[in-house]
Amino acid sequence: MQDFTESFWSSLTLIFTGDAELWSIVILSLQVSLMAVALAALMGVPTGALLAVGKFRGRQGIIIFVNSLMGLPPVVVGLCVYLMLSSAGPLGVLDLLYTPTAMIIAQTILITPIIAALSRETIQAVHEEYRDQFTSLCLNNWQRLQALLWEARFSLLTALLAGFGRAIAEVGAVMIVGGNINHLTRVMTTSIALETSKGNLSVALALGTILVLIAILVNAALAVVGTRRREAMHV
Amino acid sequence: MSELHVGLRNITLGFGDQLRLDIPSLDLAPICSTMILGPNGAGKSLLLRVMHGLSQPDTGTVRFPKEYGNRSQQAMVFQRPVLLRRTALANISFALKVRGHNSQEAGRIATTWMVRAALDHLVNVPARRLSGGEQQRLCLARALALEPKILFLDEPCASLDPNAIVAVEALVQDAIDLGVKVIMVTHDPAQAQRLGSEIVLMHQGRIVAQQTKMDFFNFPQNDLVSSFLAGKPLLSHIKE
Repeated sequence: MQDFTESFWSSLTLIFTGDAELWSIVILSLQVSLMAVALAALMGVPTGALLAVGKFRGRQGIIIFVNSLMGLPPVVVGLCVYLMLSSAGPLGVLDLLYTPTAMIIAQTILITPIIAALSRETIQAVHEEYRDQFTSLCLNNWQRLQALLWEARFSLLTALLAGFGRAIAEVGAVMIVGGNINHLTRVMTTSIALETSKGNLSVALALGTILVLIAILVNAALAVVGTRRREAMHV
Repeated sequence: MSELHVGLRNITLGFGDQLRLDIPSLDLAPICSTMILGPNGAGKSLLLRVMHGLSQPDTGTVRFPKEYGNRSQQAMVFQRPVLLRRTALANISFALKVRGHNSQEAGRIATTWMVRAALDHLVNVPARRLSGGEQQRLCLARALALEPKILFLDEPCASLDPNAIVAVEALVQDAIDLGVKVIMVTHDPAQAQRLGSEIVLMHQGRIVAQQTKMDFFNFPQNDLVSSFLAGKPLLSHIKE
């Protein structure tokens, strides 16, 4: 207990004194995860929209497949990306292994199904509400898609935040493809694992505290989005 | 069949082994308002959906006069108001922009209709925050702003209080006076009497009577009409 209390206070000192190394790790984590969310949104939201409103053979099968990908084990994703990017792999020539880009790729693969599945559910619910009205108003497919995305905007933001939460807290995949290299690919989660194993608990706790704070902020943002939606009766 | 009629021929539509619509022939004159009456489950709303093209019949055809045929010449207001998560004004201008009006023009026409629907004080209020009656008036204003030749109304006054009903009916009457062909589903004979020129009574997916308003209320075509007007339940009266 003595250890924990001491580590906790020194972790707070590290946070509030603006320790450069600590904050560089935090910033890299945010950069990697935000980029992954942006890429996953670009792929996941249109995929979700297509699955929500499209009529094609195998749609139900794809929905089940995407839903089951939500539970992808991060280490398996990390392993697959590793095999693709390693020098013997098909994308080895790109020389991306052990770079932030590799980490972004791994996180993107991990959270795209989450964003796609949540978007599909959201957009489908909105589409069911508006289908007849939009048909009556003679919206073409493009207008329909634009309108649905706009009407579902609050819920889609929730899906993106859920994806971000998963990405920033993930450790297995980025450890494998990033390699936890100091000043290059060391992010909060890999750093916590390393520092804990080294017995450097104050740094691990400082990073852990920031990670928890980020999780709280994400949840607070979700709550604010929900409240604003209710306030405006835009439910 | 006269080219001037909205004509339905051999319409059938079933769910499973249950036939929900069975209409060998129905002609509606385009220049008057038609009220479709009937008890719950008679197929009134389904008939409206088939006419507007929202549901496909298993067999048969719906034919409109040439200038009314395209869905863009029609508009529909549903039983429950369907409004976008935007302001009241934006709901109308959205529909107008979809139909090819530019933003400025759409805003101008939408504002005009907000005034006509007595909603001008609610222009910037989120549409979903309006009361039930205001929401339905907004839906009606949005439909009328599109200048439809045919307006389908699916029990627009269901679950509204008397004041809201009066306001909605005033808008419907305006549309009728402007020459819009109104085809309205209602289960309220008094409302049909106020707004209709022609009355169609449905029961168990079939048309059991079609009369002018005057005849329907004074000289019922058959026992089913009499029973319906007397407020008695319509049982399986249909002779096979």
